Amino acid sequence: MKELDKKFIGKKYSPIQFNVEKQRLKFFSKATGQSDPIYFDEAIAKEKGFPSIVAPPTFLTTIGYEKENPYDYLEDLGISIARILSAGQKYYYFNLIFGGDIIFMESEIQDIYVKKAGKLQFIEFLSIYTNQSDLSIAPSVSTLVFR
Amino acid sequence: MDYKNLKIGDSIPSLENPPITRTMLALYAGASGDHNPIHIDIDFAKKSGFSDVIAHGMLIMAIASKNLTNVFTQNSIKEISVKFVSMTKIGDELTSDCKIIEKDIIDNKVLFTLSLSVKDNSGDEKLKGKAKIELNE
Repeated sequence: MKELDKKFIGKKYSPIQFNVEKQRLKFFSKATGQSDPIYFDEAIAKEKGFPSIVAPPTFLTTIGYEKENPYDYLEDLGISIARILSAGQKYYYFNLIFGGDIIFMESEIQDIYVKKAGKLQFIEFLSIYTNQSDLSIAPSVSTLVFR
Repeated sequence: MDYKNLKIGDSIPSLENPPITRTMLALYAGASGDHNPIHIDIDFAKKSGFSDVIAHGMLIMAIASKNLTNVFTQNSIKEISVKFVSMTKIGDELTSDCKIIEKDIIDNKVLFTLSLSVKDNSGDEKLKGKAKIELNE
C-alpha cells in the first residue's frame, strides 16, 4: 500500500469564498431531513430573531466542495477518490450561518498519520470559516481515511 | 419540557429515520456537493471493492445533528465531534441517541456534554461522538 508523503503536512489550500444562496440552504436542509421552519421560511426565521433562514449544523461541509477542484489534495497525495472515506468530523461553533451570508474558508493539511500497523492512513484537515463581517463561524477538523 | 433540568444519564428523545435509499444519497450528493461516486454509482462502488454504494458519513452526522436541533436551539450547540465507525448501506434503518454524560453550571449557564450514537436496526454502530451544549439559566 502506498505510503502518504508527510511533506504535505502544513500544506495550505487557496481560500475560497462561498455565497450562501437560500435555495441551496433549503435543498441541504431538505436532503438532511430538517423540518423546523427556521431552515425554510424567511418570515418565521425573522420572527425568531434571525436575519434569514438558518444553515443547519453540518452545512459547513458543503463549502469545501465548491472549490474549482475540490479534490486538489488527492492530486498532491497521488491517490484516487475510490480509496478515501470520511473518518471523522469536528465542528466548534462560534456563530451561525444565514441565507445571504458570504463565507470564507481557509484550509490546510494538519496531519497525516498511520493506524492499524500501516493498514489505514489518515489525513486531517483544519478549516477555518469566517463570514462577511469577519465573525468567526467555526473551526473544523475533518479526517479522511485512505484505505 | 425544560431541558435545563436534564441530569447526567438522561437521554433526549431519540430520532428514528426511514431506511436509507438511493434517492436520499443522490439528493444528499447534490445538496452537499459531495459527488464522490462511491455514494451514488453502484458500478464505481463495485470497482472500488464494495458490494453496493455506501452512505455519506456526513449524512449520518446530519442525522445526529438533527437529533440535537430537535431539542436544543441551534445557537446553544457549541461543538459536535464524531467518528464514522462503520459503513452505512442502502436499507439501513438508523436511530440516533444522545445522552447527557456531563453537566456543569458556570456563570448562570448550563453546560451539557452529550454522547452521540447512531446505530442501524441490527445494533451496529455507524457513528459515535460528543456534543457540547450551552443553555442560559
